[in-house]
Amino acid sequence: MNSFLNANAELVITLVKIVLLLFIVLTVNAYLTWFERKVVAHMQSRWGPHRVGPHGLLQPLADGVKFLFKEDPTPAGVDKLVYYLAPLLALALALTSIALIPFGPEPIRLFGHDIYLGIAPPDLNIGILALFAVTALGVYGVALAGWASNSKYPLLGGLRSSAQMISYELALTMSVVGVLLMAGSFNLKKIIEAQAHHPEWGILGWNVWPQFLGFFCFFIAAVAETNRVPFDLPEAESELVAGFHTEYSSFKFAMFFIAEYTSMITVSCLCSILFFGGWLSPFPASWLFTHYLPSAILILFGLWVIWDGIRYETTFGRIILPGLGAAITALGAVFVLLPNVNEFIQGPFWLLSKIFVFLFVYVWMRGTLPRFRYDQLMAFGWKLLLPLSIVNVIVTSFVILAKMQWWGAK
Amino acid sequence: MTTVETAVGTAKTMVLNMGPQHPSTHGVLRILLELDGETVVKAIPDLGYLHTGIEKSCEDKTYSQAITLTDRMDYLNPLGNNLVYCLAVEKLLGLEVPKRAQYIRVMMVELQRISSHLVWLGTHAIDLGAMSVFLYCFREREEILKIFELFTGQRMMTSYIRIGGLALDPPVGWRQAVERFLKMMPSRVDEYETLLTENRIWIGRTKGVGYISPEDAIALSMSGPTLRAAGVAYDNRKAFPYSSYEEFDFDLPTRTESDCYARYLIRVAEMRESLKIIRQALDKISNEGPIKADAPGIIPPQREKMKTEMEALIYHFKIFTEGFSPTPGEVFVTIESPRGELGCFIASDGSPKPLRVHFRSPSYINLQALPKLIEGQLISDVIACIGTIDIVLGEVDR
Repeated sequence: MNSFLNANAELVITLVKIVLLLFIVLTVNAYLTWFERKVVAHMQSRWGPHRVGPHGLLQPLADGVKFLFKEDPTPAGVDKLVYYLAPLLALALALTSIALIPFGPEPIRLFGHDIYLGIAPPDLNIGILALFAVTALGVYGVALAGWASNSKYPLLGGLRSSAQMISYELALTMSVVGVLLMAGSFNLKKIIEAQAHHPEWGILGWNVWPQFLGFFCFFIAAVAETNRVPFDLPEAESELVAGFHTEYSSFKFAMFFIAEYTSMITVSCLCSILFFGGWLSPFPASWLFTHYLPSAILILFGLWVIWDGIRYETTFGRIILPGLGAAITALGAVFVLLPNVNEFIQGPFWLLSKIFVFLFVYVWMRGTLPRFRYDQLMAFGWKLLLPLSIVNVIVTSFVILAKMQWWGAK
Repeated sequence: MTTVETAVGTAKTMVLNMGPQHPSTHGVLRILLELDGETVVKAIPDLGYLHTGIEKSCEDKTYSQAITLTDRMDYLNPLGNNLVYCLAVEKLLGLEVPKRAQYIRVMMVELQRISSHLVWLGTHAIDLGAMSVFLYCFREREEILKIFELFTGQRMMTSYIRIGGLALDPPVGWRQAVERFLKMMPSRVDEYETLLTENRIWIGRTKGVGYISPEDAIALSMSGPTLRAAGVAYDNRKAFPYSSYEEFDFDLPTRTESDCYARYLIRVAEMRESLKIIRQALDKISNEGPIKADAPGIIPPQREKMKTEMEALIYHFKIFTEGFSPTPGEVFVTIESPRGELGCFIASDGSPKPLRVHFRSPSYINLQALPKLIEGQLISDVIACIGTIDIVLGEVDR
């Protein structure tokens, strides 16, 4: 057994990582729905889920169970193979794209092996290209679902989304070119490291400043890519009932749902990596005390959860919430006490915080904006975003060229 | 039964059956859409899925009993329905309603107008994807419903306005409740406007969408905010004042763009005007005074009188068993409901039950304009147009 493990260490580690990442992503997805419902609810002066578990924290579990046990009818006249394939495709591609994201700079040394955070090798030199390739394929899931359902609303939804995703794919890719030019690499790790070129600049060194136009185009195009408000036309409830997934129920519907939320996470990851320095801290590298920030935040948050928990109205909540709070506080304390661990979590902490901020923005938009109309969406993508991102590419290349010419900078 | 010609020959169109069960047809409206891609080539509304036979049922009730049926017609405007029916019966009987009751009627109907516009704004906004506005609107509507509950004991099916006056004297503390609402509401309307009026997406979705010329609007006999958005300053409250509306000072917001955005602005402006009217009504309503006309045999007597006066007891018995019999004749009365001109026609043959009751419902008549509004537009515009003509299906299929 041992010899087998040693011989196939890479394989075993990757498999373990896959299972772990799958578990984490699915859990995060589930709690993302909780987070979204809670935040939107508070924006709309209501409570959101609060019956299943304290603060509705077990709601995602209940939803998951519901999805699994719902009856799963297949409508008559569907193209069976494609009908079953579509949600699988959507989910598989969404999960694949998240596998290509590196979550931390340094490998962790366990059992004599360097283990990187993230499934793909961190030095994947086609990183961003591979990512775009996978996300671009995501349109198949939606388009095929719309077509295979043999129903009119899904058909319209599928058509809308294929047109939308293909159009915005262009703007999405073009808007990143500026970043790629600045980093001189497709490698996500290199792109992040390029933003730490001046370690003392901290937040000012991030790509978002020189590439603001690119970020603007990228984020909007990315929201459109993930079919979220205000670009949720493919599933516009008030127009197309439920759009491409009208005829899907039970777990097949859940798969589309998970795919959508997973792509939200992927896009937030990309945004943080390309424009907001990925795992880089926003503070200058010499401010060593900021390394205690993650622990401080965790401890404070944990204490707040305890304080909130002991006053909770149900007994279950009064037990669970302080327990949860204690665990979070303990985690924070562990980071303070173990300097090695503390250094190690800096990268993932900042990356996750940035992802969280973007996810919040997603939810925020959902609570605020109305929906675009189909023709306006197309006009916006082709007439505004695409030209803007091309201008961005041209300006960026000229600036880089000028730098090389006159200042001899690399 | 409605049939639609399916695509034949070279025309490559798809027939989409929108409704009767659809998230944004505001009830059970069915529209047959012939689509070329996303463009609507032809639209045929198909009605009758919510037919309740209210008009017919009225023929089998005494005049007072029929009031409860009118509540359920336009369920966002029950007080308005009560009012138009009672005005018609009062006209038939030649009853004079005390001023105090008239003012209270005006105040209640204007509150109802605001609540109806709130539901309209909320549902229209959620149709266009702005989800939060829906919940904000319902939050304020809740306050109005609380006032209704205070006055009538009911939140929606109030039956508060009765023939010859009102059902009950306003309860203790009603003035403060209305004052509180008047104080709160203007800032809340501002809040909706902050979210929508200047919103680029909102403007893009509504401006220039669903145009109808004033001539067409008049020819289709449209009324209410939809007509006023086309630049025709016609409002029954001004044109044929009823219930002392001539004593109130308010403006008639009109616009000329005649698109969904104009209709939105008109309704928001109307909410503010209604607040003005409520404020004036509040000042006019005295704390003491009659709320019912003096008409024994039509208005049920007071409880105390029944115990001391033989006549009162007889009247009470007669009213609640046989009802009262107006002289034979026909009347037609119109009021301005939140949706437009709401009319009530009553024919009497001298018996205690009406021979025929008919309602001229604005939803039904405005709905006729729908094909004109949406043909040649996109599916998304269909939603916006259904929203802005503000139909209530209960009223469409009485």
